[in-house]
Amino acid sequence: MALPKYTETRYRIWHYFYIAICTFVFIFLIAPLFVIFPLSFNAEEFLVFSEGMKNLDPDAFSLRWYKDMVYGTKNPWGLAAKNSFIIAIFATLGSVILGTVAALGLSSRHMPFKGIIMATLISPMIVPLIISGVAIFFFMAKAGLAATHTGIVLAHIILGTPFVVITVTATLSGFDHSVTRAAASLGSNPVNTFMKVTLPLILPGVISGGLFAFVTSFDEVVVVLFLAGLENTTIPIQMWTGLREQLSPTILAVATCLIVLSTLILISAELLRRRSERLRGINR
Amino acid sequence: MSSETKQILTTDGIPLEISLKKAERKNKIKAFLLVAPLLLFLIITYIFPIGEMFTRSIDDKMITNMLPKTFKSMETWDGKELPPEEVFASFLSDFKILVEKKEHGKLAQRLNKEKNGFNTITKKLFRQVKRNKIDETQGIKEQIMKVHKRWRNVEYWQAIKRTAPPYTSAKYLKAMDMYLNEDNKITQVSEDRRIHRILWLRTVEVAFFVTVFCFLMGYPIAHLLATLPMKYSNLLMICVLLPFWTSLLVRTASWMILLQQQGVVNDFFVMIGLVADDNRPEMMYNKVGTYVAMTQILLPFMVLPLYSVMKTISPSLMRAGKSLGGTPFVAFWKVYFPLTIPGIGAGCLLVFILAIGYYITPALVGGASGTLISNQIAYHMKTTLDWSFASAMGLMLLGGVLVIYWLYNKLVGVDNIKLG
Repeated sequence: MALPKYTETRYRIWHYFYIAICTFVFIFLIAPLFVIFPLSFNAEEFLVFSEGMKNLDPDAFSLRWYKDMVYGTKNPWGLAAKNSFIIAIFATLGSVILGTVAALGLSSRHMPFKGIIMATLISPMIVPLIISGVAIFFFMAKAGLAATHTGIVLAHIILGTPFVVITVTATLSGFDHSVTRAAASLGSNPVNTFMKVTLPLILPGVISGGLFAFVTSFDEVVVVLFLAGLENTTIPIQMWTGLREQLSPTILAVATCLIVLSTLILISAELLRRRSERLRGINR
Repeated sequence: MSSETKQILTTDGIPLEISLKKAERKNKIKAFLLVAPLLLFLIITYIFPIGEMFTRSIDDKMITNMLPKTFKSMETWDGKELPPEEVFASFLSDFKILVEKKEHGKLAQRLNKEKNGFNTITKKLFRQVKRNKIDETQGIKEQIMKVHKRWRNVEYWQAIKRTAPPYTSAKYLKAMDMYLNEDNKITQVSEDRRIHRILWLRTVEVAFFVTVFCFLMGYPIAHLLATLPMKYSNLLMICVLLPFWTSLLVRTASWMILLQQQGVVNDFFVMIGLVADDNRPEMMYNKVGTYVAMTQILLPFMVLPLYSVMKTISPSLMRAGKSLGGTPFVAFWKVYFPLTIPGIGAGCLLVFILAIGYYITPALVGGASGTLISNQIAYHMKTTLDWSFASAMGLMLLGGVLVIYWLYNKLVGVDNIKLG
């Protein structure tokens, strides 16, 4: 970003101003995540940087909140984590299967009423979550699925499929359909063609859609708040109650773990995106 | 011409045109069958329930079913003077059935909503009925009128008549702080009870300003990311993507820590001497907190569409603009900016729609002056259990979102939405 030597002073000033703004925005975006790290190792019960921490005194740091998270007496986090993972995994599977199959149909040029069907399929992404929450709650209550794992999984499939549909249709848009015709002409049946030819080619898109669905489910709190009973508590619900009642450092320990998890997901999503772009022949 | 040309036949002797159409139809059905499972699933679990929200929000059948005979006999009553004997008699017989089913309390509650004072007089009537004090062989009108003076007041009977239709717009009016008065005219509630309109305005205001802030902060960094060499921009992109993938609650929690009175932001302000140590400003549990946290949380949704559009703009266009005599500012304004409009549209739409339905962050950092309409919907769903009112407000919000979406589609086109 070096400026040429002949740049006038006012553009020079403007340029530095622009860099300053960008720096500020990047700090604004990322800094909040880093506040949590040190505070989660706080030896004290308060959520402020103690004098000891500011002086980097080793005694001011401890793992006590992590221990509390795992071994705490009345700790809800174990059950919540188990539920969250079970629900997210099943919701992801459901979203990926339904979404991929639907995307295959939508990408076919023979698909009738494409516009309106696409709008319906991605509507859960556009409708504000609180409204989805109310509607899904009415359905689950009527179907007797409120406060069950099944109900929450179904709700998260509803919220997760739009992401899968969008990413997989995007991947399929660059898909060369002559390869499936070639497979068919060589005597392969449609299911076999899909498994052996189409799926491996669109897999990056499917997985990245799945990641979106996983994160949506894992982080979802609005709909779960309507649906969950005591037995179905999830990590977001526990965080929500914790943040409402009292901000304890244990929450920060959990939050740190979640940031680590999201970093892992980010890395895999990025790798997948690059791979898929390479496969689609988009060179940047 | 075409009728004279010989029809082309396939090997089975069927005209090619028909054969092709058949194949086409088969393909159509195949494509549709692939979409069908998800479509059906969504229609049953999602689209229908949203429709159900509508019927629930206008439903007023409960009282229609409670007083069937009364409403039937009221059909001939002009509603100006006290109703005739017949109405009183059918009201009493309806009421007796309700007493047997122990539903008279519900009736009193519902009628009291229509007009204050029904609670007392329904209870009085209930006691008389329970003790069999009302003799059905005598004039029922006289006897009911003796129970309480309000039963002699025609206004109360008019109120009952007003509840007759099985549908009501009351919930929608209530969401806008209005109601139907005695003459069936839409009236505003008294000034000190207008709470919902403030919430609607605040919701739109917050969503609007959050969108503006996101745009002002997102545009420069999207531009930087799109113009920097790949190896730097990939690194900086992490600053955008990591918050994007991080749990909403984690980010809200970190803002709660940062913005508290003894928090890092206040420490910083004290350090640079902006505020006195004993006079730290309250930045959480008010609108400031809502704005700051929501802007940071929604910023990636602005940056990503902007970035994907800016990435496609060739840098030679700016150079061409400058070489033709434009200053950098003119070149930017006349060449670069217009090309980014699809990205601006997509980003603003996404942020605005997400912001207008926001619930979690305002509930945690917003305090009383930061609550939005979504918080009110959740409150009625979970605390007062007035589900029909929650449905009505939800549908009004949905209507607003759909209008914005439609406008956007007209102006920019929905196909421009990209993820990451």
